[in-house]
Amino acid sequence: MSARPGAGARLADGGLIDRTRTLRFRFDGREYAGHPGDTLASALLAHGVHRVARSFKYHRSRGILSAGFEEPNALVELGEGDARVPNTPATTIELFEGLDAQSQNRWPSLRFDLRAVNRLFSALLPAGFYYKTFMWPAAFWERVYEPAIRRAAGLGRASGAPDPATYERSYGFCDVLVVGAGPAGLAAALGAARSGARVWLVEADCRAGGRLLAERLAIGGEPALRWVEATVAELESMPTVRVLRRATAVGRYDGGVYAILERVGADRAQSAPFEPRERLWHVVARHGVLASGAIEQPLVFENNDLPGILLAGAVRAYANRYAVLAGRRVVVATSCDDAWATARDLLRAGASVEAIVDQRPAAARGPGAWAPDGVPVETGWLRRARGRDRVRAVEIEAASGRTRRVACDAIAMSGGWAPQLQLATHLGERLRWDGAAQCFAPESWPPDLSGAGAVCGEFGLAAALAAGARCGTGAARALGFRATDLVLPAVEPDRPLQTVPSRAARAVRAAFVDWQNDVTIADVQLAVREGFAASEHLKRYTTLGMATDQGKTSSLNGLIALAEATGRRLEELGPTTHRPPVVPVTIGALAGRHRGRHYRPTRLPPAHAVAADLGAVFVETGPWLRAQVFPRAGDRGWLDAMCREVNTVRRAVGVCDVSTLGKVDVQGADAPEFLERVYASRIATLAIGRVRYALMRREDGFVMDDGTVARLGERHYLLSTTTAGAVDVYRHLQYCRQVLWPDLDVRLASVTDQWAQFAVAGPRSRELLGRLVEPGIDLADPQFPLLAAGSVRLGDGTAARLFRVSFCGELAYELAVPARAAHRTLERLFEAGAPLGVAPYGLEALGAMRIEKGHVAGNEINGQTTAADLGLGRWTTKDGDSVGAVLARRPGLADPQRPRLAGFVPVDRAQRLGAGAHLIALGAPRDAAHDEGYLSSVAYSPTLGHWIGLGFLRRAAERVGERVLAHDPLRGRDALVEVVETPFVDPRGERLRG
Amino acid sequence: MRIPCPFCGLRGHEEFVVDGDATVTRPAPGRPDAPTAAVRFVYLRDNPAGWHREWWFHAFGCERWIVVERDTVTHAVGRVWSAGDPAPGEDR
Ligand SMILES: [Zn+2]
Repeated sequence: MSARPGAGARLADGGLIDRTRTLRFRFDGREYAGHPGDTLASALLAHGVHRVARSFKYHRSRGILSAGFEEPNALVELGEGDARVPNTPATTIELFEGLDAQSQNRWPSLRFDLRAVNRLFSALLPAGFYYKTFMWPAAFWERVYEPAIRRAAGLGRASGAPDPATYERSYGFCDVLVVGAGPAGLAAALGAARSGARVWLVEADCRAGGRLLAERLAIGGEPALRWVEATVAELESMPTVRVLRRATAVGRYDGGVYAILERVGADRAQSAPFEPRERLWHVVARHGVLASGAIEQPLVFENNDLPGILLAGAVRAYANRYAVLAGRRVVVATSCDDAWATARDLLRAGASVEAIVDQRPAAARGPGAWAPDGVPVETGWLRRARGRDRVRAVEIEAASGRTRRVACDAIAMSGGWAPQLQLATHLGERLRWDGAAQCFAPESWPPDLSGAGAVCGEFGLAAALAAGARCGTGAARALGFRATDLVLPAVEPDRPLQTVPSRAARAVRAAFVDWQNDVTIADVQLAVREGFAASEHLKRYTTLGMATDQGKTSSLNGLIALAEATGRRLEELGPTTHRPPVVPVTIGALAGRHRGRHYRPTRLPPAHAVAADLGAVFVETGPWLRAQVFPRAGDRGWLDAMCREVNTVRRAVGVCDVSTLGKVDVQGADAPEFLERVYASRIATLAIGRVRYALMRREDGFVMDDGTVARLGERHYLLSTTTAGAVDVYRHLQYCRQVLWPDLDVRLASVTDQWAQFAVAGPRSRELLGRLVEPGIDLADPQFPLLAAGSVRLGDGTAARLFRVSFCGELAYELAVPARAAHRTLERLFEAGAPLGVAPYGLEALGAMRIEKGHVAGNEINGQTTAADLGLGRWTTKDGDSVGAVLARRPGLADPQRPRLAGFVPVDRAQRLGAGAHLIALGAPRDAAHDEGYLSSVAYSPTLGHWIGLGFLRRAAERVGERVLAHDPLRGRDALVEVVETPFVDPRGERLRG
Repeated sequence: MRIPCPFCGLRGHEEFVVDGDATVTRPAPGRPDAPTAAVRFVYLRDNPAGWHREWWFHAFGCERWIVVERDTVTHAVGRVWSAGDPAPGEDR
């Protein structure tokens, strides 16, 4: 096994790698070695490994095309087991010791891929294949095609197991955000930062420098990287500047908000303890400077996807940055001057340049198009590459028509450079083709964003530095900072790039436009013939540009091919829309720490620990955890526990934590008037020291919430709301106060969290409370009758509030104490109540008892019911204005045919009821046309010994005693039920009064 | 989107709850066409493409209801003022 860090292709010196250290890694199970500073791609190329993937659709051998984030081919899976991450470009993976990567889209191995037979049948997979296939018999699609295609065409495999890595979200604010730390970005950051502005500089690479890392350029008479290092050092020395490396700005949103993905742990196998693998930044910037550069575009010719065919700039990057030769005998093919530099750098590094093939006639070339003596230069284009798993030769078609074949082991190609303008268009801005610069440019820049350097079609170093400095200082000045112009170091004058759009090949099947989605020039031409001649249609029909690389190396060539096929000019064809993210973002980064039970916050009432100590089983109700039942040894299930808890309340005394109910403190001279307007029920007549049940309506006349209103003083009230309605009701009350009636003298405060509240219920509840309150307080009926409310002091000095209200129908109270006293008060209730037989009860018992009493809850107050529907019309009989009063009187809502609340019992008392069952008259068909209502809440009644239910039924009041069918197709269970009056238990309320 | 709360300053929209159209006014009670006016107030809404006035509640801030002028096409935020106040430069 060869594990030397560079067999053959590694240059003896140069490059930004640390030759003093060797890193061992594995690719497809085989061991290799590289150096710090390598990427997985450069380390593989150093070993002469070009073929690293199979293509998505045809399973063709694919090599490394690029040296950056635009890579469409060399996607690998990193890691094993639950830590496996698919679809990472090998060109962006920093090499680390022990790195383990696998190739994708191959089975059983990269070398012998059985699905490569797809190539032979590629006529069966033309453009629009997916759409056309849907037209075939549906059953065939489901059983045959889809499973086969899914197995064949995966882009890497997700692990299917929970990701062990952690991710986090972070927030940042700055005056100027500079995207890209190439020469333009560095100059912009420096220009802005020296003014004192808060500057963030984000760079996707692990090093600042941009293209300077890949070139042999000088700044100020020294190697350009000296200037890069000095500039970064100055920026990082400023407390107002933050430089993020391995960070890609993936989205731009309104209000100057940017999403930035930082790959924190990208350079090591294992993250440090508590260190996230990735961090998603939400950065608010007053101004953005886009210095994101440009991406080189490939040329389109037959077999242009063979391993060994790379972008010319990437060949240069491998030679200069990584000291790796992509080939020893290279053909350079281009439509611009830039690739000529590749030929020169290759020669300098000791490779042989077999030919430079330029599409442009000599007269159209610029000053950069010069080659050392002895290099054959041809005007023409590549017709076809030859080779199987690596390019071996290329056929060159000269402008004269003569064709010749040149042997080679690599092709460096360039179809010009395309500015990376995605962020400039995320808010719907449009691009237009700039014929002079031969690239797309924004129709106009948004006021809070500017561009500098190659992203603006300014491809020279001098232009980039100048534009960066101008943008940085300009942005700072516009924000009110005093910025002085940068004194820029001397650089060689720029040479224009002189690109022409690359000429597309004729309709040959294997001339690829989109490497990642396997879209060929023939597919584009077929789509045009079938009528998909608009760029957005072409994209969707052929999937061109829709892979994870988002068309970074394919969209432009697709447009060029579309223009040629339709005889239109690029100016007439808009580019397809860019949407965030610019590069793929893991779901983990988007979720951050909001996963599993941290998906949303969990709220615990202040005495939660007491219930936990008592062995409660908890249930989620909205964000709250509430005790459902308190099981004991010997219980056969929750029903046993619930029945015991109900019986305890009905016979002795039980305690239930109801702290989650919403509580709103209302004060002010106009508080009575305010409450009269927000409640449908009468409030004005409520006396001090009394509490009343009340209904709140929405403006459309339906019931919004129910609860109690206690009058604590002349101008002081305390409202309770349902648990689920607490947040909405409070917001609604603030709306009423601030928007509808701002002139009323009233103030509101939510005190849900400040007060804990316990229901103390049962015939011995008064006795129990008597043991808690200060001696001398008389809770007997004359002093504290039903619906009394007031302050009491507990024996331990706690200032508490007591309300004599009952949800269960027994003599009962609700005791409220400040949250800090909740724990000890609840413990004290159980201690003091032990001799009385006290027991805790949970939501199941609470629910069963409220149904026994016919009280409505969330299942009934569901937003579709009126007070009359709920049988609560008596709580809304008042004149005058209140929210919802006018529309509650609509004829439709007063219709007697509306289903009304009623009680239901199974005729066969042993039968169980199911909530949601629909009520149908006996003998009527069981269909929607004969649906007369439904069961909303059901429970087993421990008091009655059988199931009972609440529900809504048309003309329910007239039908007491009638039998109807409770039809439950969902559970496959029908029950014959009898309509009864509620309450089911103690209809005259005698127990309530104790 | 960021909203310049008149009380708290520029804050992320995550802190707010939006409640829609602020151009409709609750009809005075007791007017003869009360049912029609109430239906208009509750149900009928314009859906302008461009500048609009909306009610926003600063739930994780000052708990004030504010009027936000927002361009529904671009999310650009214009003038912002507190409930109960007239729009800047307009009479109540
Ligand atoms: Zn605020």
